[in-house]
Amino acid sequence: MSVKITHWPGTSLSSADFAEGRVLTVRGGVKAEYAWDAGVAIGRYLEELKRGRLVARRCDGCRRVLVPPRMFCEECFRPTDAWVRLADTGTVQTFSISYVRWDMVRLTEPEIPAVIAIDGASPGYGILHLLGEVDPKEVRVGMRVKAVWKDPAERRGAITDIRYWAPIREGG
Amino acid sequence: MGKVAVVGAGMTRFVRRAQETGKELSYLAARMALDSCGLTLKDVDAVVVGSAPDAFDGVHMKGEYLADGSGGWQKPTLRCFVGGATGVFAPIVGWYHVASGQFDTVLVVCEEKMSSCHPHPQGAFLTIFDHTTERALGPNLLWIFALEMNRYMTVHGITKEEIALVAVKNKKNALDHPCAHLGSEITVDDVLNSEVMAWPVNRLDVSPASDGAAAIVMCSERVAKRVSDRPVWVEGVGWHLDTAYWTNRDLYYPRYVEYAARMAYDMAGIKEPRKEINIVEPYDPFDYKELHHLEGLLFCKPGEAAKLTVDGVTARDGDLPVCPSGGLLGVGNPIAAAGLMKVCELFWQLRGEAGRRQVPGQPRRGLAQAWGDLMQVGTVVILGI
Ligand SMILES: [Zn+2]
Repeated sequence: MSVKITHWPGTSLSSADFAEGRVLTVRGGVKAEYAWDAGVAIGRYLEELKRGRLVARRCDGCRRVLVPPRMFCEECFRPTDAWVRLADTGTVQTFSISYVRWDMVRLTEPEIPAVIAIDGASPGYGILHLLGEVDPKEVRVGMRVKAVWKDPAERRGAITDIRYWAPIREGG
Repeated sequence: MGKVAVVGAGMTRFVRRAQETGKELSYLAARMALDSCGLTLKDVDAVVVGSAPDAFDGVHMKGEYLADGSGGWQKPTLRCFVGGATGVFAPIVGWYHVASGQFDTVLVVCEEKMSSCHPHPQGAFLTIFDHTTERALGPNLLWIFALEMNRYMTVHGITKEEIALVAVKNKKNALDHPCAHLGSEITVDDVLNSEVMAWPVNRLDVSPASDGAAAIVMCSERVAKRVSDRPVWVEGVGWHLDTAYWTNRDLYYPRYVEYAARMAYDMAGIKEPRKEINIVEPYDPFDYKELHHLEGLLFCKPGEAAKLTVDGVTARDGDLPVCPSGGLLGVGNPIAAAGLMKVCELFWQLRGEAGRRQVPGQPRRGLAQAWGDLMQVGTVVILGI
């Protein structure tokens, strides 16, 4: 009975309420660390990243080539059938030019996250990664990009073994 | 399946930081909802609690934590959670509690206290990304909205100016909401000139993080006719979950919202939503999401929602009022509570009790929708009088 309600509860606090000690607060943290097992599909995906290669899983039920790879097809609900090697090139499906870090700290040099559809995977099937070696103003949806890998000695079997994806230059 | 009514609603003010704890906010909203229909906790057979990730509060088992404030101790009580879609999922859970015939009267309470997580609740969102394939890239929740917004703009050729009109409309509507966190009169230029967070998302494209709670009372036809002079009926419900491999989907269109909507339309016997629904409260944590969702809800063809806004169709006094409450952009975004606030708004609007927010023309039917997880859950409730 919105129109009949005259008092709406809930008390808004200001920074001054804390600074001047009008309200009390208790601070604490949760210290929790985890070791996540990469699993069967992503374990192999990471091993291949360490070798400088991108791989997918193919499902013969729906004929999709799945990246990130999975050992079961969630649509056919059956095991996927084979590993497929993908190119380390792709197409920018969408991107952002981000001036905030994950904890909202501001960045002077923006990061450029993008969804990159990988060549050889099912159409539009991509991964989240970052773009580099490109002026933010030049980035476009549909831009062709290629993975820029870390040196083999630096690779650890992680998604960050690819430093970023750089535009494929004409004729290059 | 039994008929189910909403007979009472209540909510707290949505604020940046509330003095009250989550339990206290829940109690205030729940008590108001019960008082509004003259019921007491003794009349309540079961309780449904809705709240988003525990990480915001740093309180594990938040459903149990919030249960006393929600009236849930010594009763069949459950907490439901589908990310940002929780606020419209909780009344769906309340609906099947009653529709099943198991319970006559159910109290549904949604609460969120976003201010507890320091330095910013964004930090808690990091853990929604895949720990192995995504988190090492340092993703921010804003990224996925920015990526989706860019895809949506690019596919349809929609401009930031058109999208900004949604923020202008909703923040203005919120000036008439007594609980609003961020009602204000702003211009398209204010949105475009606000800080670029993650292009194409500027600060004023985003709803504020708020503290607050909302509650409704749902009951069977038998009880509704006894306790209420104007019960508002649940005519349709729908929910749908799409793949969490969000980089395998074309983000320009919210398929999961369409499937949830179709389920609700089938149940309500709705063939042409644009003609048969009078008020829409789609989920608007970002301004482009209102447009994206209106398209998923089949109120127009994909890519045409911006024009509805530009033409004033979605204004409070337009042909299809959208977010007359002020939405998340204006009233605020205590996640689960924000979704249920939309259901409260329909309840008040359909009963003609929305005061300065009242849409003209005695609306007969309204739709509320929410969305969440990794851009993959759609929840829809249709209410009618
Ligand atoms: Zn398959």
